[in-house]
Amino acid sequence: MRAYLNGNEAVATAVRLARAEVVAAYPITPQSTIVEKIAEYIADGSMAADYIRVESEHAALAACYGAAVTGTRVFTATSSQGLAYMFEMLHYVSGCRVPLVMAVTNRGLAAPWTIWADHQDAIACRDTGWIQLYVETAQEALDTCLQAYKIAAHPEVLTPVMVCLDGYVLSHTEEIVDVPDQEAVDVFLPPYRPEYAVDPARPIVFGIGAGPELYPAFKHYQHQAMLRAREIIEDVDREFAALFGRSYGGLVDPYYCDGAEVVLVLMGATAGTAREVVDDLRRRGEQVGLLRLRSFRPFPVAALRSVLAGTKVVAVLDRDCSFGYEGVLATEIKAALQGANVPGTPEVAGFTGGLGGSDIRPEDLAGIFRRCLEAVRRRDRGESPAVSGGCSENGKAEGINLWLS
Amino acid sequence: MVKLKELPGNELVQGSYACAGCGGILAVRMALKVLGPETVIVTTPSCLLGVTTFYPQLAFKVPCVNVTFPSTAAAISGVVAGLRRRGKSGVKVVGLAGDGGTVDIGLQALSGAIERGDNFIFICYDNEAYMNTGVQRSGSTPPGARTTTTPVGRAGRGEDRPKKDMLAIVAAHNIPYAATASIGYPQDYLTKVQKAMETEGPAYVQVLAPCPPGWGYSSHLTVKLARLAVQTGQWPLAEYEGGRLTVKEVANPRPLNEYLALQARFAHLLASK
Ligand SMILES: Cc1ncc(C[n+]2csc(CCOP(=O)(O)OP(=O)(O)O)c2C)c(N)n1
Ligand code: SF4
Ligand SMILES: [Mg+2]
Repeated sequence: MRAYLNGNEAVATAVRLARAEVVAAYPITPQSTIVEKIAEYIADGSMAADYIRVESEHAALAACYGAAVTGTRVFTATSSQGLAYMFEMLHYVSGCRVPLVMAVTNRGLAAPWTIWADHQDAIACRDTGWIQLYVETAQEALDTCLQAYKIAAHPEVLTPVMVCLDGYVLSHTEEIVDVPDQEAVDVFLPPYRPEYAVDPARPIVFGIGAGPELYPAFKHYQHQAMLRAREIIEDVDREFAALFGRSYGGLVDPYYCDGAEVVLVLMGATAGTAREVVDDLRRRGEQVGLLRLRSFRPFPVAALRSVLAGTKVVAVLDRDCSFGYEGVLATEIKAALQGANVPGTPEVAGFTGGLGGSDIRPEDLAGIFRRCLEAVRRRDRGESPAVSGGCSENGKAEGINLWLS
Repeated sequence: MVKLKELPGNELVQGSYACAGCGGILAVRMALKVLGPETVIVTTPSCLLGVTTFYPQLAFKVPCVNVTFPSTAAAISGVVAGLRRRGKSGVKVVGLAGDGGTVDIGLQALSGAIERGDNFIFICYDNEAYMNTGVQRSGSTPPGARTTTTPVGRAGRGEDRPKKDMLAIVAAHNIPYAATASIGYPQDYLTKVQKAMETEGPAYVQVLAPCPPGWGYSSHLTVKLARLAVQTGQWPLAEYEGGRLTVKEVANPRPLNEYLALQARFAHLLASK
């Protein structure tokens, strides 16, 4: 069935189709309409679930954890301050290997107060042990939520998943979405019945303590599972494609990267704008491409290396900032390529922009490509190739909305 | 009323690392005799968690869901909803938290869960300080008590604020059942646990649970102190039921000194100048 849905409605639809049984959430813009929609589904009888009206996000995740260990499929969603407020529980849930799924409608963090999109909220949770998948469209938001339940609960993964969608640009913008049939989803996602669940007939502890002789083993297994998730994410994407006819490339989504001299790496909905810019530059004969990173954690080092190894300059656009250094993605891409040990490793130019909902316009991305292509030309002439210059092509104050790290 | 002689002999708490004379573990052990094996424990960082569930130890013979310090009651709501979804509504869900995990950092979650009306029992074992982290004061520390964050010195005279009236706080939520108890009066305590168990909706029991190292007394005095606290009027045995508060009268109250003098945490109050 085709429907006109925004990103948040697409997520809510996926949660209904996944037959989530317990939902606990706390309102925050721009996430709220996800859980409002779910509350509506429950009220109109189209979804059989318990909605726990918790008093905070910390409690939302604690309640989801409590419900999940009884062996039920659960869901929560948040943004920004709410995600930050959950921080303690994020580690706890992943450490307990509880396969929760949470939608994060990305929004910047205060101060200053903002309700608009950037990725700082989720990026700041990089090391909480959650899988983080970033989507480009409402359709992908729906499909990725379904995939997320499958990935999280895979016995070799057992790791919670955040499905990250840009606030407003995705969450509140409608597009035509193909809504899968319930029967097909039921085949893809059978009921969640974990091996271990709360059961007085078989008493076990969830969330144990561990001394120095055992703690590292738990963390090692958690790390191994996250690494293994790289394959599972790809498998699940393939399986999804076979059933529903849509694929997102699993970990990375390359666009015209073959033979590209300059590739722009980014996450989220900005990819839509970037595709247009790439098309335009390609028409003019420039060898440019786009690599949309879908899985931020686990970090797809091998996939990134294989796509980026032959390029001359890699531009990275971060919608986040590690203050006092640079965008987090830029650092990670540099590290990934450094480790590749390939002669002629491309230069990585990190740009930070789109913070707190500031627009990333086609001309901004074109400016990034132009600057990187100039560096390629310098390199071809045997000159120092470094990407340089002020970044702002958008007519606003130089370097304020978009800057080179 | 619970008959002590009829309580099951088998233990649902066994092999904990609690100190000798720990009032907290006694409170839990006794409560589980009433609650029985069809119970799920939800608990939080505290001495209780520290002495019962360090891998591969499991000192409970019932399932135990440990959660973060502020979250006991929030996780309870999740467990209750999950069990209902799985058709296991008959299983009792009991939250066990220390005074810190109840009256301080856990208060918001507890307020939320009571307000939602979930069916659960919350037992706060009150040892009147943060014991697990080294006897820091909590909102439940009585005035005058010396703790590591209310030390006694030239300017400090121990805790300088009254003990938080948690029973009034839960009563203000129109909770169906709430009570205070003392491990020194097991019949009274366990009857209250039984009532809590039979209550539809949230029920709260706060049980005084003396702590030898935290209060500064030798471990054979735990029960004696738990009784003296009641007999000297320091710890009223109260019940809030159907919107009415009743407090058990102490027929012949004993002098407060008898209670204070046995504990190092109050020694400075009695020292002669
Ligand atoms: C968010 C958070 N803050 C602090 C702690 C440290 N902490 C663990 S147990 C504890 C004290 C517990 O006191 P109480 O609840 O009274 O239980 P008791 O140990 O006295 O039995 C503290 C402060 C923690 N685990 N989590
Ligand atoms: S320190 Fe106190 S509360 Fe903790 S185990 Fe020992 S006696 Fe029990
Ligand atoms: Mg305490």
